[in-house]
Amino acid sequence: MVEKSIGQRVLRKEDVRFITGKGQYTDDINLRGQAFAYFVRSPVARATIGHIDVSDAESAPGVIAVLTGQQLAKDGLGTLPCGWMVLSKDGSEMKQPPHPIMAADSIHYAGEPVAIVVASTYQAARDAAERVVVDYDELDAVVDLATAQDSDQIYPEVPRNTSYEWELGDREATMAAIAGAHHVTRLTLRNNRLIPNAIEPRAAIADFNPSTEELTLYTTSQNPHVVRLVLTAFIQIAPEHKLRVVAPDVGGGFGSKIFIYSEETAVAWASKRLGIPIKWTGERSESFLADAHGRDHLTDAVLAMDEEGHFLGLHVKTRANMGAYLSTFASSVPTYLYGTLLAGQYKTPNIYVEVDAVFTNTAPVDAYRGAGRPEATYLLERIVEIAASEMSLSPAEIRRRNFITDFPYQTPVALEYDIGGYDASLTKALEMADWDGFESRRGEARARGKLRGIGLSCYIEACGIAPSKVVGSLGAGVGLWESGEVRVNPTGSVSVLTGSHSHGQGHETTFAQLVASRLGISVDDVGVIHGDTARLDFGMGTYGSRSLAVGGSALSSAADKIVVKARKIAAHLMQSDEDSVEFDDGVFTVKESNRSKTFQEVAFAAYVPHDYPDDLEPGLAEKAFYDPANFTFPAGAYVCEVEIDPDTGVTRIVKFTAVDDFGEVINPMIVEGQVHGGLAQGIGQALLEQCVYDDSGQLMTGSYMDYCMPRADDLPDFDIAMTVTPCTHNPLGAKGCGEAGAIGSPPAVINAITNAIGIREIDMPATPERVWRAIQQAGGQ
Amino acid sequence: MGKITVNLTVNGRAVSQQCEANTTLVDLLRQGLDLTGTHVGCDTSQCGACTVHLDGRAVKACTVLAAQADGSNVVTIEGIGNRDNLHPMQAAFRQCHGLQCGFCTPGMIMTGIELVNQGQADDDDSIRAGLEGNICRCTGYHNIVRAVATGARAMKE
Repeated sequence: MVEKSIGQRVLRKEDVRFITGKGQYTDDINLRGQAFAYFVRSPVARATIGHIDVSDAESAPGVIAVLTGQQLAKDGLGTLPCGWMVLSKDGSEMKQPPHPIMAADSIHYAGEPVAIVVASTYQAARDAAERVVVDYDELDAVVDLATAQDSDQIYPEVPRNTSYEWELGDREATMAAIAGAHHVTRLTLRNNRLIPNAIEPRAAIADFNPSTEELTLYTTSQNPHVVRLVLTAFIQIAPEHKLRVVAPDVGGGFGSKIFIYSEETAVAWASKRLGIPIKWTGERSESFLADAHGRDHLTDAVLAMDEEGHFLGLHVKTRANMGAYLSTFASSVPTYLYGTLLAGQYKTPNIYVEVDAVFTNTAPVDAYRGAGRPEATYLLERIVEIAASEMSLSPAEIRRRNFITDFPYQTPVALEYDIGGYDASLTKALEMADWDGFESRRGEARARGKLRGIGLSCYIEACGIAPSKVVGSLGAGVGLWESGEVRVNPTGSVSVLTGSHSHGQGHETTFAQLVASRLGISVDDVGVIHGDTARLDFGMGTYGSRSLAVGGSALSSAADKIVVKARKIAAHLMQSDEDSVEFDDGVFTVKESNRSKTFQEVAFAAYVPHDYPDDLEPGLAEKAFYDPANFTFPAGAYVCEVEIDPDTGVTRIVKFTAVDDFGEVINPMIVEGQVHGGLAQGIGQALLEQCVYDDSGQLMTGSYMDYCMPRADDLPDFDIAMTVTPCTHNPLGAKGCGEAGAIGSPPAVINAITNAIGIREIDMPATPERVWRAIQQAGGQ
Repeated sequence: MGKITVNLTVNGRAVSQQCEANTTLVDLLRQGLDLTGTHVGCDTSQCGACTVHLDGRAVKACTVLAAQADGSNVVTIEGIGNRDNLHPMQAAFRQCHGLQCGFCTPGMIMTGIELVNQGQADDDDSIRAGLEGNICRCTGYHNIVRAVATGARAMKE
């Protein structure tokens, strides 16, 4: 008997290669005859390009070619598309200035690629890149989001530098609710701009075979099939059947490796032009300059309440910084992944949200862990916290009074929550955090000269993006299903192919547990294959915490199909009829008999069909495509407790409690790891991380010396637990866990800091300087 | 720039490599010797993904010239254990789920061993302080701290 592994803390199958240094990341791959690429990037944020002189670079040692954006434009390639159409209030389409693969005539952010130098060594390419002379006619950069709409127009076709003015919800009803309310709480806040910083920089190797015209692209992608589709359909790099995209081991993504970028596209083009394999590996400096950034919102909000603190209406007006261009999914982030989440866990009857998407001369901004949902949660959980104080209610009480308790629940902002148990998560979190004992801890800290504070956050997120029909009606350019295939090998081991992509999430283990449990075989007998368009027909990839809920559901369906066919084979082998055959724990048995066949015996018969049913095809492999019926709605309650040194302003997190409801869990060890990582990124946003550009559009935080990444000694141990309400509409009952930590934690941290100091507001990141100044302003208490 | 010859011992094997004088140790390992387990995650000596042992001490191989390693004994992640005979620190990282994407992991393991060797892995605070020069974006460090503590106990046994 094989132990059912669902719900077990199975150690990860992928770990051995990583801990022994045998992972295979893109930069670890070297192809015979490969050349190396280095990009010439604009040193200025906004300019028109005059003459580009490549002659000196071309004659530098080892240089094979110098190719410019101007040549690329002449070759007639397409531009980098944004895959989600958002409409403005007046029904007009979002304005989408062309996003060139490399700039040809104008520059829109510092770091934008202008030319690519290809040489026999990386060092030669890099040295020669310094010899490319570009005439830049510099223009005043538009950098500040707060003033960008009234600044110089960056693109002739985009008045007020505004791509779209989107709205959702009932304006009139919301305004009426606010006008008639007992109390309104107002809040203006900024959601700070972040740089994703997966520790593996992006990289790409393009290998064009001039004889077959086949192009293989190895790239650091979360969704290789989407890369293939975009490079084919929009950029015309190669026909889809001649383009193979491989995303091997990928060293973290967090959203930043979803997108189709200039570099892999230009490298593919260059390989095709030159007929040789070309490798580009980004430096960390390039990651800072040219990976899509995250967040960057300015928001005004009004929350209206009755006498008892019941929410009556919420009006939100947000300006979202898109950077210089609309990146691959950028337009969806501050709209369908943000505005739709503004109900949170609360039955606010009237919500109206307006979002202006604004261009600036900064790197493009797109999805970063949480993508819109952290921004919604931060706003909501900050304004609710302030409202509690203004209404003289405890943070827990105001939330409980407004919790949604009846499901399914239709929010006023388009989503229908299928299930949740918000009070259960909150109650558990308060217990674990010993909320009731806080005042004595505060007193004890005060005696030591420290300020102690506690903060709460109750988040919801929408994951699994999402039913294709729904997202299509909302402007998505792609369907958002997932595919999976279960191939049973003749000896009964199983190869699982998934369109999801693992870049740290542990799919090789979780998916093996899932399929092994369904087929009653050992986890060791299941291998998971992903990340190669040549091995799986199509897939949508990994983002939005969707891999298990959507990708896993596809595998569940495929495994079900395997059992259906295997049962027919088993019935034949046992000379029984199909309905009399039961399958349990890897064994087919004829009811009320001692006849049985193992899964392995049936698999063998499928491939060595000497004794085989006439009406069945040989072989045992099944595919499934799963299109979710709804989003999933993970939710939870987080409590942060901080201690602040008033002399230095340094905030130390002394306890962090997270209670999450992810539905059913296959591997709790992996899920906890996902929560830990998300919390670290959320705490990083709250305390440490801030992307800064100066007034001329120069990135001031362009290295780990300047951009404050969370390090081991910045973070506490995390105290985490789960409550479970199973998702109602997928076969696994799973909701998704990848982003929750980053979504729920920032407001918990900030609420704890404002509580400690006794102030209403403080900006993220709450650096020691900001905290110290806030303490001084509050009277140095 | 002229070529130089560097003679060193890598994972117990004597090697002689010709390289440019400005070649870093990590480039020599990755490109010259195809030891790709040592990674490069930044360009400012901050992330620690390239950590190896040079004459028994942890160094960031992006900040050591190959020439400086001439005559030295270098140990990389590939040299401390393998699938059938994992180093206790490697085993601890797996046991404690101390890795996710795996990219920072070789550097974390090499630093973890250094902390034990230097007597800086006795409690969580020391481990956290000792890991300050290694950045992980996936794990939030919680399980890495567990792993180093577990590996430290196993190394002492």
